Amino acid sequence: MALSPEDVRKIAELARLSVDEAEIPGYVRSLSDILDFVRQMNDADTSGVIPMAHPLPMSQPLRPDVVTETDQRDAFQAISPRVDRGHFLVPRVIE
Amino acid sequence: MHELSIAQIGERLRSGEISSERLTRHFLDRIEAFDARLNSLITVTADSALEQARRADERLSAGDAGPLTGVPIIHKDIFCTRGVRTSCGSRMLDNFISPYDATVVERFDRAGAVCLGKANMDEFAMGSSNETSYYGPVRNPWDVERVPGGSSGGSAASVAARLAAGATGTDTGGSIRQPAALCGITGLKPTYGRVSRWGMIAFASSLDQGGPLARSAEDCALMLCAMAGHDASDSTSAQREVPDYPAELGRSLAGLKIGLPREYFAEGIDPGVVETIFAALEVIKGLGAEVVDISLPNAPLAVPAYYVVAPAECSSNLARFDGVRYGYRCENPRDLHDLYVRSRSEGFGDEVKRRIMIGTYALSSGYYDAYYLKAQQIRRLISDDFEKAFETVDVVAGPTSPTTAFRLGERVDDPITMYLSDVNTIAANLAGLPAVSMPAGFSERLPVGMQMIGNYFAEAKLLGVAHQYQQHTDWHLGVPPGFE
Repeated sequence: MALSPEDVRKIAELARLSVDEAEIPGYVRSLSDILDFVRQMNDADTSGVIPMAHPLPMSQPLRPDVVTETDQRDAFQAISPRVDRGHFLVPRVIE
Repeated sequence: MHELSIAQIGERLRSGEISSERLTRHFLDRIEAFDARLNSLITVTADSALEQARRADERLSAGDAGPLTGVPIIHKDIFCTRGVRTSCGSRMLDNFISPYDATVVERFDRAGAVCLGKANMDEFAMGSSNETSYYGPVRNPWDVERVPGGSSGGSAASVAARLAAGATGTDTGGSIRQPAALCGITGLKPTYGRVSRWGMIAFASSLDQGGPLARSAEDCALMLCAMAGHDASDSTSAQREVPDYPAELGRSLAGLKIGLPREYFAEGIDPGVVETIFAALEVIKGLGAEVVDISLPNAPLAVPAYYVVAPAECSSNLARFDGVRYGYRCENPRDLHDLYVRSRSEGFGDEVKRRIMIGTYALSSGYYDAYYLKAQQIRRLISDDFEKAFETVDVVAGPTSPTTAFRLGERVDDPITMYLSDVNTIAANLAGLPAVSMPAGFSERLPVGMQMIGNYFAEAKLLGVAHQYQQHTDWHLGVPPGFE
């Protein structure tokens, strides 16, 4: 099942990745190959099979609603590309 | 000194015969002398290693030492190490100095181990050959024109070349076991949940598991003792006591039932590999074990299911890399969208982008049921196959990898052939089962690994079988020519 170049552009946009026009045929090919490969899954009859999200029979453990974290903002922001007074700086979002 | 196992090093350190500082200097010298040939390390932490070694020597003289105190190891560059670059093999994190330690790193620190550096790896753990690293490929010490396997290629190559006594790795589809097999060492993927994933950069959260790579099962057992255990910071970590793994290695193999799935010997497996595995099984039979034919009927679906689940989870996990808070940021972003798109496209390599795109597609509206949900159902079938098998056998055995180490560049242009390197390892990740790869011999002078998969939390049994095998063989003692 071949993806179209438009499919590739849409997927790239969802993933916030840029794909040069020149790279599109390559991606169409490799992604289509992979999708063809994984469609072997359709050989299996999975009616009534409960999907397995996780190997262990667990559900999300809970803990008491008590503050345990400390303020480490300075340490975490020491490695940020651009910060100012505790804020992460990005290009203007609102006009 | 580099020929010693972790167990032997521990003894000599505790008896005062050698000091950790001297041992650490020796390994650092070896790294300097040999690693240019292998490229197994991204960062060498010489100064801090020597500091850790001195502290370990103090603990040793005070009699406050454990089996890993003073032992030099390497951490795969996927484990966050405070104050030290943690790159995950990617340009995206080339500038990332981690502000915290992964739980695994912390545990080794507390045990007094010495960290020599961070091992090279496939970018974001996506690969089976260590050829996708931003820092260049790692070479196999047994033949430097060949791959060491991946994604924990640097970990495996450095241990095989005796640049460290042991290394940590991670395994999502075979990334500890397959490089261990291709490099002639022992590697263990623990049961999902056995080892904390806190600080272990996430690829596929329902599959990832950290584990040890070392020369022997005994060494892996010593490392696993430090690594394993519940961690409140990892909500998927199992609330289960950690056995004394080294103490459990001595059990005899008499009566052990080993299942050999006929599906693991399908076409594509090198005849030399098959021959070596059967010879290894003869040795194990000689120790009292029984080999039984079994079938894992859904085995052929493991790789397809994995290449939906893993990319899907990776697309979600790698969404955090956006150029805003840490890691790579593109120059002069025009607007927020440009910031995201260019930081990500410039920061990630091709294989990572490919997998993010497959994952995005598989999770997108209209395709989720056909791909992701279907893959999770197949995962259940594969798991059920093992459950059924373990009703009649104790472990499931087979070749870890269908071939020995292939040449650098041989498979980079053909992702699907690359993916099929993991045909025997992937099922254990999907099911969450523990599995070990042990050196079983050579085929055309390249190492062959034998894999054993166990039931949930059966690491002691797996390491025990490997240990008994290693008491009667010496494949695990071989040093690659030129690295003595």
